[in-house]
Amino acid sequence: MTGSAGHEKIVVIDYGLGNLLSVAKAFEEVSGGVEVLVTGKATDLKEASHLVLPGVGNFKTGMENLRRLALVKPLEEEVLGKGKPFLGICLGLQLLAEVGEEFGEHRGLGFIPGRVRQLRSNGLPLPHIGWQDIERVKDTHLFDERSSKKDYYFVHSFVLECPEDYVTAACTYGERFPAAVQKDNIMATQFHPEKSREAGLDILRNFLRGKECSRSEWFLSSF
Amino acid sequence: MLKVRVVPVLLLKEGRMIKTKQFKFYKDTGDPMLTVRVYDAQGADELAILDISASVEGRTQWLEIISQSARECFIPITVGGGIRSVEDARRAFSAGADRVSVSTAAVENPDLINGLAETFGRANTMVCIDAKLDRNGKYRVSSASGRKMDFRGVVPWAKEVSDRGAGEILLHFVDRDGMMTGYDLELCAEVVSGVSVPVMVCGGVGTLQDLVDGVLIGKASAVAAASIFHFTDQSPIKAHSYMQDKGVPVCLA
Repeated sequence: MTGSAGHEKIVVIDYGLGNLLSVAKAFEEVSGGVEVLVTGKATDLKEASHLVLPGVGNFKTGMENLRRLALVKPLEEEVLGKGKPFLGICLGLQLLAEVGEEFGEHRGLGFIPGRVRQLRSNGLPLPHIGWQDIERVKDTHLFDERSSKKDYYFVHSFVLECPEDYVTAACTYGERFPAAVQKDNIMATQFHPEKSREAGLDILRNFLRGKECSRSEWFLSSF
Repeated sequence: MLKVRVVPVLLLKEGRMIKTKQFKFYKDTGDPMLTVRVYDAQGADELAILDISASVEGRTQWLEIISQSARECFIPITVGGGIRSVEDARRAFSAGADRVSVSTAAVENPDLINGLAETFGRANTMVCIDAKLDRNGKYRVSSASGRKMDFRGVVPWAKEVSDRGAGEILLHFVDRDGMMTGYDLELCAEVVSGVSVPVMVCGGVGTLQDLVDGVLIGKASAVAAASIFHFTDQSPIKAHSYMQDKGVPVCLA
């Protein structure tokens, strides 16, 4: 954990879309007593030590709701300005892009350069629904050595197309697409860690634990 | 590689879990939450919690069971039965559902499928097709728990619902429900080849080989079953290892 438990607060952003209960419950399971707050109020984002953007639904409605609730600016301040650890899940990953192509072209948050477009499943059934393993591409504290052997739960039709530099894990279904991305403090998964049993909870745990801790563990274990 | 999902189905009526035969002859099968915990521990890839309550109290209990399941299990939960509007679906999602399934309401008001897909995303919108044999031995779409026969054919309806935004089709064989004689593999394969969305198949599983056949012959993306898990000593774990031996990609614990 970064800092003392007393100053920590995990804020799960409620923007009218998403399996908020499941996400909050999964964080409660791994947070070791740290408060988990589900909120759609802009002022609550300032109180957060960790921000989570879940999401079930489509890109267009997602951005509309974030704007309507006046959450875009506070997100920019807390995530880009103050560098708070941020985790986007499923639609929460896609909204990080500059542009989304679901139900017409729409501007996203633009935290990660890229474009959200339909998955080219190459004849396989679409949406991509179910459990699949991932390929780890880049070192990140979100995953550990066990992560690449596990299956995670995916349910989506769209994928983020972004520079390979930001891809921490990939998945192949008709084509290879980002299963997880990271840019500094901004992390996101296309799959649902909150619905991926123990393997998914490990990812949430690693997100909360932060980079410093897992780096030193890696350092020790490499000897 | 994407794994084939093994999905136990829980059918609820007025807060109790039941099992039917051909959508009739209700039999009480016990406490739903106990069962949810068992299936979760046994490695189920997803749970389908369907409700056929007639009363408001029954519906409320169903939402409570969804909510409790979502608190205890970190696996996807698909729910259906009482959803007749976008607002009903919103309540189910708020309670903890990951995906919703509509059947009768979709037959009566197909625009509901478009509404659900636009609001909650295609991937989270499932349409259940209750396929039933008519007097001439031809499959047709039925509604109202198999009591009403519709003029639609199963394959054309499957195409229409996927065009309207269903992200997955749950193909349910009314005549085989509870009979444990296997899926109708021919109809399953026909529906699968008629649509581009994944198809989950349900109704009739009596042996683990039926699950394998559903995938290898029926070409289903997911296999659902109730009786075999309720009434025999088979479990999702055993199903996974049997399917793995037969060359079906599954999640192994």
